[in-house]
Amino acid sequence: MIKSQRINVFQHVPFLRGILKSRLFQPVLTLTTLFFFTLAIVTGLFGTPVGNRNFGIVFVWIVWWGLLIILLVPFLGRLWCAACPIPVPGEWLQRRGIINRRQGRLSTLRWKFPKRLRNMWLQNFGFLGIAIFSAIILTRPEVSAWLLLGFSLIGIVLSILYENRVFCRYVCPVGGFIGLYSLMAPIEVRVADPQVCATHTPKDCIIGNEYAYGCPWMVFPGTLERNTYCGMCMECIKACPKNNVVINLRPVGSDLMVAKERRLDEAYKAFIMLACALLYSAVLLGPWGWLKQWANMDTLPHWLIYAGVFLLANLLLLPGLFTLTALLSRRWGGVQVPLRQLVTDYAYTLVPLGLTAWIAFSFSLVFTNGSYAFGVLSDPFGWGWNLFGTTESAWTPFGSSLIPFLQTGILTAGMLFAVNTAYKIAGQHTPNPRQALRGMLPVAGFITSITFVFLWLYLG
Amino acid sequence: MIHLQKLFGLLRQHGVILSGIILGVIVMTFPIPRLTDPQTRTITLDARQFEFAPHRIHINKGDRVIINFTASDVVHGFYLDGYGIQERVEPGVTKQIEIVAERTGKFRYRCSVSCGSLHPFMIGELVVGPNEPFWRAIAFVSVSVITLIAYQFFSKGTSYEHTTLGTSPA
Repeated sequence: MIKSQRINVFQHVPFLRGILKSRLFQPVLTLTTLFFFTLAIVTGLFGTPVGNRNFGIVFVWIVWWGLLIILLVPFLGRLWCAACPIPVPGEWLQRRGIINRRQGRLSTLRWKFPKRLRNMWLQNFGFLGIAIFSAIILTRPEVSAWLLLGFSLIGIVLSILYENRVFCRYVCPVGGFIGLYSLMAPIEVRVADPQVCATHTPKDCIIGNEYAYGCPWMVFPGTLERNTYCGMCMECIKACPKNNVVINLRPVGSDLMVAKERRLDEAYKAFIMLACALLYSAVLLGPWGWLKQWANMDTLPHWLIYAGVFLLANLLLLPGLFTLTALLSRRWGGVQVPLRQLVTDYAYTLVPLGLTAWIAFSFSLVFTNGSYAFGVLSDPFGWGWNLFGTTESAWTPFGSSLIPFLQTGILTAGMLFAVNTAYKIAGQHTPNPRQALRGMLPVAGFITSITFVFLWLYLG
Repeated sequence: MIHLQKLFGLLRQHGVILSGIILGVIVMTFPIPRLTDPQTRTITLDARQFEFAPHRIHINKGDRVIINFTASDVVHGFYLDGYGIQERVEPGVTKQIEIVAERTGKFRYRCSVSCGSLHPFMIGELVVGPNEPFWRAIAFVSVSVITLIAYQFFSKGTSYEHTTLGTSPA
C-alpha cells in the first residue's frame, strides 16, 4: 500500500538519471565542499581566534549547520553524505582515483570491521563526546579546525584498514543523526522492482562493474527499506544494468513504520538527539551565564559537573523517563510486548519531534547569527581583508520577531507527527484500535510534555 | 443506509477537526485582560563576559523601562530583539536605554559588540507580561494534540492499519 504512494522521479525528470549516472556527479559535489572544508580548516588554524570573525566557525557551525538541519536533512535525507568532504581523501586513496572507475579491488588492508561495532553505538558515544565540548568547539576556530582535521584523518586511517565507507557507516557522529533523521525525508533511493534484483544474480550494485563501484555503504539496494544507511552516492544507479534503481518521492516519514529494522542503538540515537536539542537550547540560547561558563570550562570542576549532568541526562534521565512511559503504555494498552521492544519501537516517535526541535533551535541560531557570514566572506581569516567589500557589514539579527512563531509552528508540526506515529506504532502491537489508542496515550503525553519544555525555553 | 452511516462517520471525524480548528482560533485570539496599570521602572543592567545581570527582567505591557546599562570587564553591547534598540558601553560608563513595552512576550537582549569566545551566546531575557505568545502557544499545542487524539478516537479504526511486527508495511 505504501509503495503505491511512491513517485518515480526518473519518470517525470528523465534527464536526472543521466546526471546521476555520470561519474562526475559526486566528484563535482565533493570537490566543491572540499574547497570550503579546507578553507575552514586553514582559517581555523591560522586565522583570528575571534569565532564570529573566522570563516571556519561561521561557515561550519552557522551556514553549513543551518543548511543541513533546516533544508538538506528534512527534504533530501542523506544527500549531504554524498557531498561530504570528510571521507573523500580516504575514498580516493582506496579507489586510487577521483572520477573514473579504476578496475580491480579497492586498495585497503582488507581488515574486517568488528561485528560488535557494526551499529550506531560508536556514533552515539562519538556525538556525546563532542557534544560535551560543544561550547568550546563552536566558538574556538582552532579547536574546531583540529576536530574537522581529526575527522578527516580518522576517515583516511579507516579507509586504509577497511574496505568502503566504514567511517561514514559506523563512526561519523554527524552521519549517525543524519541517518536517523533521513527516515523522515520525502525522498529515497530504492529499486523499482525487487523481483528484478532477486533474479539478477551478478549483483553489480554490490560488487561493482566497469561503470561503478559496489555500494560503498555496504547496502544491498534490492532489499533496502529505509534511508538510514544509504549515503545517496548514486553508485547503484550507475551500476545497475537493468536501470532498476530509482529515486522516489514518498510520504514524509515513511521509513518510521518499517518495524523489522528497529534497533536499540538507533533508539538511543533518538534519545540523545532529543536530549541534546533540549540541553543546547538551555545552554546556548538560554539566559544563564553561569551555565555557559561551566560549558565553556571556566574551571575544570565546573565543567566536570556540567559534562556529568549532560551525559546523565542523555544516557539515563531521558531514556529512563521514556522507559517509564513505555511501561505505562504497556499497562494501559494491555499489550504483551517485551519492554525493550516497546521502548525501541516507540523511540521512533522521537524522530519527528527531535528533527523539528533541532530545526527550531537552528532558526534561532542561524537567523540571529547568519549575518556574520557576509563579513567572513570578504575576510575569512579576520586579517583585515575586504575581498567583496562586505567586511564591515554590521551584525544584523534577521527576523527576530518572527522566530518564536516559526519555532511554535515547527514544534507543533513535529509533535503532531510524533503522536500520529505513536498511534501507528501502537497499531503494530495490537489489532484493536481502542487498545492501540490507550497504549499510545502515555507516549503522546511524553511527547507533548517535551514540546512544552521547548516552548518554555523559547517563549516562556 | 450504509452510505448514510459512512456519511455520519465522516461528519463525526471531520467535526472533530472542525471543532479543533474553531477552538484553536479561539485560543489564539481570545483577549487577555491587562492586570496592572503601566509603571515606570528603572533597572540597572550590567554586562560581563558572557552574561547579563539580571539575566531576566519581568515587566508588564505598557511599562516604561529605563535601563542603566553598564559593563564590568570589556566593551559590551545591547540589542533588543523585536525592538531593534542597540547600544554600546565601555567599562566605567553608564548608558541609559529607554524602552516602552508595547508588545507582550519574551524578547531576548544580546551583546552586540564582539566581547569574546561566547559572545554570540551572551543573551538575557525581557519578559513583557502577561506573556501572551507563550500561553497561546501552550494552548494551541494542547488543542492540536487533543484534536488529533479525538480524531483517532472517533475514526474508530478507519485511519488505523494494523501491521504485524517483523514485517514492513510496504
